[in-house]
Parts: sequence; C-alpha cells; structure tokens
Amino acid sequence: MLHSPMLEARSLAKAFGRVVAVDGVSLTLAPGQLLGLLGPNGAGKTTTVSLLAGILPPDRGEVLVDGHRMAGDADPTKRRIGLVPQEVALYEELTARDNLRFFGGVYGFRGAVLERALVSVLELVGLADRARDRVATYSGGMKRRLNLAAGLLHDPDILLLDEPTVGVDPQSRHAIFENLEALKRRGKAILYTTHYMEEAERLSDRIVVMDHGQVIADDTLAGLHRDHPGARDLEAVFLALTGRTLRD
Amino acid sequence: MLTPLLAMVRKDLRLFFTDRRAVVMSFAAPIVIASFFGAIFSGVPGMAERARMAVHIVDRDGGPISRAIVAAVRDDKHLAVTVSHPDDAWAAVRRGAAVAAVIIPPGFGDAAGRAFFGGPNKPELKVLHDPTRPAELAMVRGILTEHVMRAVSRELLPGRFTFPYDVREEAVTASATMAYSSYAHAFAGMGVQFLLFAAVDLGIGMLVERQRGLWKRLRSAPLSRAMLLGGKAASGALITLTTLLVSFAFAILLLRVRINGSVLGFLAVSVACALMATTFGLLLAAVGGTPAATRGVATFIVLITVMLGGAWMPTFFFPAWLQRLTVVVPVRWAVDGLDAMTWRGLGFSAAIAPTLMLLGFAALFGALALLRFPWDEA
Repeated sequence: MLHSPMLEARSLAKAFGRVVAVDGVSLTLAPGQLLGLLGPNGAGKTTTVSLLAGILPPDRGEVLVDGHRMAGDADPTKRRIGLVPQEVALYEELTARDNLRFFGGVYGFRGAVLERALVSVLELVGLADRARDRVATYSGGMKRRLNLAAGLLHDPDILLLDEPTVGVDPQSRHAIFENLEALKRRGKAILYTTHYMEEAERLSDRIVVMDHGQVIADDTLAGLHRDHPGARDLEAVFLALTGRTLRD
Repeated sequence: MLTPLLAMVRKDLRLFFTDRRAVVMSFAAPIVIASFFGAIFSGVPGMAERARMAVHIVDRDGGPISRAIVAAVRDDKHLAVTVSHPDDAWAAVRRGAAVAAVIIPPGFGDAAGRAFFGGPNKPELKVLHDPTRPAELAMVRGILTEHVMRAVSRELLPGRFTFPYDVREEAVTASATMAYSSYAHAFAGMGVQFLLFAAVDLGIGMLVERQRGLWKRLRSAPLSRAMLLGGKAASGALITLTTLLVSFAFAILLLRVRINGSVLGFLAVSVACALMATTFGLLLAAVGGTPAATRGVATFIVLITVMLGGAWMPTFFFPAWLQRLTVVVPVRWAVDGLDAMTWRGLGFSAAIAPTLMLLGFAALFGALALLRFPWDEA
C-alpha cells in the first residue's frame, strides 16, 4: 500500500526568457514508489527535476517535501533529496573514495559516519574494490554507478535521477536497475527520467508523460494501455501521446 | 556548519595537488622567472655587470681636443665605442646596432676653446640617436658632457682646472649596510603575477565544474550561496597565498632576500593580495563563458594588470598620467606593499594602505561575483 506523498509538485512553472520550459506541472511521489518521467527532447523533464531538487527557483508553484514547502538554498529539507544529474557529475582527477568523502562532507558527514555511508554505497553499486582508483580510469558504466552512489551517500528519502543510464553497457544498466529496485524496497521515493521505454516499463510504478512543459499523462502502465487500447507497448503509447514530429 | 566548508577546501587542495601542471605553474614558474629577472638586474656576480652601450664616434676635426675626447670616450667603462665614418655611424644607429653616433665637426676644438671663455658661435656636437632608447641617450649625453669638459679644460688650462665635484652614489635600502636586492622586487612582481594566474585557474575550474554538472550536485545540497562561494574563496586564498609564500621562501633561503620591514606587514599584504586574487577568480567564474574563452580573456587581463602594476618594470618608467592611473590597479598596491616590507625595510604603517586597498578590491570583486554568479542550474 502506498503512503501519502513524500514529494509533491504543485503547479510548477518556469520560463527562460520567452521560452516556457515548465507550465503548470503537478505530480506526487510516494515512499517506495518509482515514477518514470518521460517526454521528448525539450519537453521540460530536466527543468522539472531541477525545480524538484531546489536548484532552480520556480516562477510559480511550489515543491513540498513530506508536507514541508521547500524554500531557499540552505533549506534543511533538501537533505531529504538526492540528485543524480544527467551529467557524470564527479571529479575525474580524484578517486571514488575522495569524491564520496567530498560529497558526504558537503552534507555534514565526517568520521565514522561518513566512512560507513561510503562503504555502504560503494558496496551497493559494486565499486568497493575500485574505490581507491581515480574516476578517470573508470568505464562509462562504472562512472554512472558512482554517479548514483554520490546521490545516495547521505541516505535521502527521495531520489531524483535524470537519465542515469545514458551511454551505459547492458551489464551496468542491469546493475543500476537492481540498485533502484533495492532502493524502492527500502522505501525510497524515486523519480526517474529516461528516453528508454523498456526501462520505464520495467521499473516504473507510475508513468508521467510531459510535452511542451506540461503533464499530458499520469497513470500506471496498465492505465496508459487501457487509455490507448491499440498500442502494443509503452513506446506506441508515448508516440500516440506526443506525436511523431521530430524534436531537435 | 564547518564540515561542508572544510570538505570543499580539502577537495580543492587535493585537486590542485593532483594537477602537476598547476603545481609546476604555481610554484616553479614564478621562482624561475623571478630568479632570472633578479639576476639580470643585480645579485649574481658577473651577471650584475650591465651591457655597455654601443656608440659610434666620428672625428672630423682631428685636433688635440677632439682626439682627447675620442680617447676618453673609448676608455669609458659604460660605452662600447667604434671610431667610425659618418655613413657607417648613421647606418649603425639606423639598424639598431648603436644607441647613438657622435659626430665631432671640423674646427670643433678651436671653436670650443673660444666658447669656453664666453666667445660667440658655440660649435655643435651632432648626436644621431635611436628614438626607441631615450634613457640610454640621456646617459650618453651625460657621459659625453663630462669628457668634453675635461678635454677642453685640460687643453686650455693645463693643471689649473679640475672637475669641481665627485659623485658618491649610495643606494637607499633598509639600512646603510644592506645592499639592494633586485630579487626582492622580482619575486614580488612575479609572485603576484602567478598568484593571479592561480586565481584564473580557480575561476576556470569553477566553469569546468559547472560544465560537468558538479554545481547541480552542490546546489542540491542545503548550502547557502555564501557558503558555496566562501568555500571556493577559502581554498583559493590558501592556494594563492601558498604560491606567494613558497616563492618568497625560496628567495629568502637561497637568494638572500630579506623581509627588512615588518613581518606582520608582509603577511598582511600577502593575505590581502591572496584574497584579492581569489575574488578575482570568483568574478571570472561569475561572468565567464566557456572555460577556453574565459582563459584567453583572463590571461590578457592578468598580463595587462601586472604590467601596469609595475610587476615587470618599475612604474617610474611610465608617463606621469599613467603612473597616476595605476593606483586603480590592484597589482600596483601588492607590489608596492611587498617592496615596502622587503628591500625598502619600512614598518607596519607602510603596509596599511596597500593592505586596505587590496582588501577593498577583494570586497568589490567578491560582491560582484556574488551578484553576477549564475546560480540557477537548469
């Protein structure tokens, strides 16, 4: 049974000059739930993630974390959110340990607490044996797994992942999926943006489709199929919702 | 509260020391270049001897006075004299092989003798000169005046005329027993220059962090903007201050540079200078575009400011209007402050104005960086 929302977006709006990136987006995310956020290029997915993470102030609307309105850069409720950006946001010149020590320190972790957190996330993503190697020596898949670990280090209740499997080999992708399923079982609320429909089909409890900055569908996979009876799979549903016009 | 700040500082120091290029540029380069400049301008025996000024002289008179002038000029230790023909002398100056050519006209000796006692029609010594070397021309003119006066008076008043004075030169440094060390000025200038280059690296590093998405991660943590920039400022100030102090430590240990003034004043100027440079780096990160484009512009700015600030050559070489203008260049205050505390041997009071000015620049740059920093991470 799902709980009350851990994360809630209410009528979020954001424009960059005359370009409206997000226009009245509302969504909720419960503990133990994985929400797949889909949309063509330029649909507003990354901007939505940035608004939810508190790294971009909305022009309108608000973000609630476990019922508390998120406000300001240093708002302690941000501790409950872990962001895994689209980029491999790591210091390649440093070792995995040094990267994680730094990100842990930013959240106020130190000493034995930091060490335990560090060991725990490295084991989760299967990088404990390469922890003392420089990130520059890692494969693309290992970097992506470490990217995930850095977002998990402070044990957030909410995890925001922006296309975390781009350029990843099938083995690392599979490992990331297993990590996410394990986190879901632990009660983490996970929002996941992707262009890969099969990922969303496999992982998502609920799927939100965005286009032109707006939410155009928000349902379970079964619900989406129910509304589009002719569609064979999620990709067919997605194309039915967003059209076949190229988005560059 | 302190843990995130310490984490940021520790990480930046670790990144700095893993980048060998940055370490070499920050520590070795200023030492090598400042040592070179210091050695050129004084210091190392043998290297202190200045190059003689190349001068051509043409004697079209051939009398006893002109021959005495030529002989005296040839013996002068400051000059490398070639006795020449008019066309060769002109050609030598034109191609830059000689600073000047002195042409003694026919009848010079007789006319100079008459003019010496107030007679009319003074003869003219023609001096052809290289217009790009006015300082050396002035020296040639002075040396020539002395030799002409001696030659004319010796010929006309043998044994009855002597030069009415001798010159005793005394360099004014920290104390009468303390020789001037040009290394001190060279290390101040080059130290500040490379401190600014280290600050440029700080700013570029922040732009690269933004490109890599690292600022998204930092901004998603519950940290204030002041904390984020403060962490960068702290690590940047530590790195830049270390580069300056390591350079001076080398100069003190191996080149006999001494802090003859106030040690506290020296540290105050150094810290203020490091803060000024660091906030300059933050400002670059705030207004810069791509890392590559920003590096080009920043390098240009640094080179211009160190040149105007007297890091390469003392500001008294500049025209008066430019000297007045350079008070708005922070490097000028840094170099003047470090000079005052090292070879000039002045007390702490002489460090106050440079320190306050540098802190003022740091406050200005820091405030602009905070205002202009692109905080939104889309």
